[in-house]
Amino acid sequence: MAQRGIREFDAKRMLARSLPHYLDDLAYKGEVVLVGPDTDVEEVVALNSWLLRKRLVIKPDQLFGKRGIHGLILLDADWDAVKEYLAKNMGREVEIGGVIGNLTHFLIEPFVPHENEYYVAIRSEYSSDAIYFSTEGGVSVEENWDRVLQAQADIISGIDSGAISAIVPADLGEERQKVIEFISALYLFYVDCGFVYLEINPFTITDGTIMPLDMVAKLDDAEEFWCRERWLDLSFPEPFGRTPTPEESYIKDLDSKTGSSLKLTILNPAGRVWTMIAGGGASVIYADTICDLGHSCDLANYGEYSGDPNTEETYHYTATILDLMTRERDPRGRILLIGGAIANFTDVASTFKGIVMALREYRDRLKESDVKIYVRRGGPNYEQGLKLMRSLGRELDIPIEVFGPEMHMTRIVPMALGE
Amino acid sequence: MRMEYELFNRETTAFVYGFQVNAIQRMLDFDYICLRNTPSIAAIINPNQSGTHKAFWGAEEILLPMYRTIAEASADHSEVEVMVNFASHRSAFDTTMEALKQESIHTVAVIAEGVPERQARIMATTARKLGKTVIGPATVGGLVAGAFRIGNTAGTIENIVASRLYRPGCVGFVSKSGGMLNEAFNIISRNSNGIFEGIAVGGDRYPGSTMLDHILRFEANPKIALIACLGELGGEDEYRIVEALKKGRIRKPLVAWVTGTCASVLPASVQFGHAGAKADTQRETAFSKNEALREAGAHVPTSFDDYGEMIRQVYQELMDKGLAKDVEEPEVPTIPVDYSKALASGMIRRPTTFICTISDDRGEELLYANKTISEVIEEGLGIGGAIGLLWFKKQLPDYAARFIELVLQITADHGPAVSGAHNAIVASCAGKDLISSLASGLLTIGPRFGGAIDDAAREFKRAYETDLSPEEFVVEMKRKGINIPGIGHRIKSVKNPDVRVQILVDYARRNFATTELLDYAQQVERLTTAKKGNLILNVDGCIGVLFLDLMSSCHLFSKEEIDQVVRLGYLNGLFALGRTIGLIGHILDQKRLGARLYRHPTEDITYMLPSRDGI
Repeated sequence: MAQRGIREFDAKRMLARSLPHYLDDLAYKGEVVLVGPDTDVEEVVALNSWLLRKRLVIKPDQLFGKRGIHGLILLDADWDAVKEYLAKNMGREVEIGGVIGNLTHFLIEPFVPHENEYYVAIRSEYSSDAIYFSTEGGVSVEENWDRVLQAQADIISGIDSGAISAIVPADLGEERQKVIEFISALYLFYVDCGFVYLEINPFTITDGTIMPLDMVAKLDDAEEFWCRERWLDLSFPEPFGRTPTPEESYIKDLDSKTGSSLKLTILNPAGRVWTMIAGGGASVIYADTICDLGHSCDLANYGEYSGDPNTEETYHYTATILDLMTRERDPRGRILLIGGAIANFTDVASTFKGIVMALREYRDRLKESDVKIYVRRGGPNYEQGLKLMRSLGRELDIPIEVFGPEMHMTRIVPMALGE
Repeated sequence: MRMEYELFNRETTAFVYGFQVNAIQRMLDFDYICLRNTPSIAAIINPNQSGTHKAFWGAEEILLPMYRTIAEASADHSEVEVMVNFASHRSAFDTTMEALKQESIHTVAVIAEGVPERQARIMATTARKLGKTVIGPATVGGLVAGAFRIGNTAGTIENIVASRLYRPGCVGFVSKSGGMLNEAFNIISRNSNGIFEGIAVGGDRYPGSTMLDHILRFEANPKIALIACLGELGGEDEYRIVEALKKGRIRKPLVAWVTGTCASVLPASVQFGHAGAKADTQRETAFSKNEALREAGAHVPTSFDDYGEMIRQVYQELMDKGLAKDVEEPEVPTIPVDYSKALASGMIRRPTTFICTISDDRGEELLYANKTISEVIEEGLGIGGAIGLLWFKKQLPDYAARFIELVLQITADHGPAVSGAHNAIVASCAGKDLISSLASGLLTIGPRFGGAIDDAAREFKRAYETDLSPEEFVVEMKRKGINIPGIGHRIKSVKNPDVRVQILVDYARRNFATTELLDYAQQVERLTTAKKGNLILNVDGCIGVLFLDLMSSCHLFSKEEIDQVVRLGYLNGLFALGRTIGLIGHILDQKRLGARLYRHPTEDITYMLPSRDGI
């Protein structure tokens, strides 16, 4: 559970669908189309005839900004030009802010000729939400940050329109009231739809109508229970440049179906050191220790399991890691760290049962890959769990070193790395 | 009396929201080994059920009151200042806000993970405005050594004893991670005189109370000499500690470490296990935070590996200055081992109250006697075979199993007018449910209706085995004034034989190795029908004698077993089982027809009351 970026496509659809609950005269209809690698473009046209009638904009929609600077936005184009753009850019590898990735998703919307560019953003802080507005929006907003005005909405009492009026300059003329109403509505939309960050930069007003041109948004994925309907059918994309491996997707899926927590990020599939750490706090410390000892290049994965997962869940989690770590060989052999702090309530014996099942199953591959296993854990039923591991080492004839709370939590790391 | 800087002490009592049986017992066990005078749980709040909950206090049992709502619990227990909230992430917000509304409650610990950030921020801000404290969400809680424990904090009693949490030391500890809290208790107990208080604020981005909130309480608490904290990359919390250090608001030695130093060498997008553990700016990295803390005067080790060593050094300095001293260990009462745990580990044994010799549902597959249910089906044992396994614990030969099924089919029904069916129908018409109506019919089975099979078997067997000739048997029964059970029918006679009896007899003659008792019964029948045409061997009698012949035929039963079958009423069981089929049929028939309440017509009853004078 965390803050998650969403596509501009989804943000604009949500805006068009939900903002009218708070604002009477929103003319913005949310004419947006998302094209992915498997999208049937002709079908999209059939469903959105405006694509053929209007002048268009197309841009990548993959959670990265500064798309204009990278020359990735095509403005004021007709449908043929958009198709040409797609043919040229779909799947293309680009580097954005040091991250290399493939362009896979594009947003197409009507082109809106405009003069004024306004900036509005809402950001969550501890006991209030900060609302920012500037009449100098667009790419130069950061340069003109001194022109950005800020209002605070109290987390409990909210904000009155007076406080919002104060950040909308009087020289906006007849459009001023419209902007005030829009920002007031936008804030309610932000609160009710589970946003933690929302930026429209820029929006403009043409013919008395507010048009969002560019949107960036993050949601709190813990709001899903309350916001499922307002979120339409959006899904959370991976950050740019990160395509989840099938194994990461599998664990993510497993995680979504349980009350416990199962996390896996592959850092380096050829890495020598694999970790299976219990606990969100402890897992970070193990990774720290491996890196502290200068072995960050050997670290193959980050992951954690916690919240008392059952035997079956730990079995699947372990099997996934064992499968990954025994695909390639390393002349120095491989290391598996089964670590964790002293659990409060997770039953160590029963989680270890699932781990043992997987280790048994992968016995031959573990031997082939010359895997050495180091275990350190404490908590309910830990003696039984550790005993199980020790006897497993003998049974499978695999080196398994086993320690309990008497040993400092991360001492197995230097031990395993031979430091 | 609770001091301003304390959240919990040895007098603190709490509500536990959510029926968390294990956590409740763990809190009470902690209280017990801390030699608290009273349990730390005043009541349980369970939206599904009110009443009481029985839990252990040492070896004794106590009752804890259970309420459906926070308001009811608070009204009855105005002394309670704490709520340990186990509500799920969906209801954690509403329940916490309601608890904060109660004047008497000053601290709520929220255990749930996945509480939305906005909800967490509202809880935190509300608590702050009211001068109250929220710990969590997404935490195990915390504890004050020797005084009060939130829920599952510090795990098992063995661990609490190992980390000496049953009595106060002088270290105040706070972390984000609940998992690391327990590890820290271990580290601190190995490197100092132990924990005074330890709190995990939770790994979310917006904890209800921050690490600094607790550090400032530790600073104010004269019993705490050393403060330790374990932060994490992401967020600004550690900078608030830095500010407080710089402003001199923290004067006690502070050992601090911020985890997540690895993030700088890992891909930027790794989301660590905790929702808040992601550095969005250089300032939020573990490295920057550790540097800032070190600069501000905290004792910052070079890595987590040296965290314990740093605590040891600082503690030693405090000892040298006379600001800390080792604690004299009190005697710790032992908590009896839980029965289930002891049994599982083979430490204890106990004679059982019940024995079962016919079936077992504990393993992977249900067993009837020695057969798995899939074998029962695959081998086609049928109803007769299943009865063989469950009543006799034997795999009967096929002809015997089929004979049982024959009996069941023949006895399944005998029309609506017989007394069992009649009673079932009347009950059903009175609106009783299926089971009650069935019971009404079954309860009619007895010596005059359907219950003669055992008696018939018993009498014929006795006569045959004591070598009474059929004539002697008839004479003896006549002399005793007893009708021979299994002989006689209201309607059927020699001239109008009972087809059911003929079917049974034919089957037996074709399949049984011996029918000696049937032969004997038929000799008796010849004598009785000579006197009166309807004194035939009836269905009950026929089933009774044939079952005994069957048992003799198949050589699976010892003499003792056969005696037992007759003595224990197995054979009436056959009738009850068979007739159940028909009774259910009649009951369902009435229900389908929507039959109305039956009232017997008065003209069918002769009313013969005593006269007024006669009384």
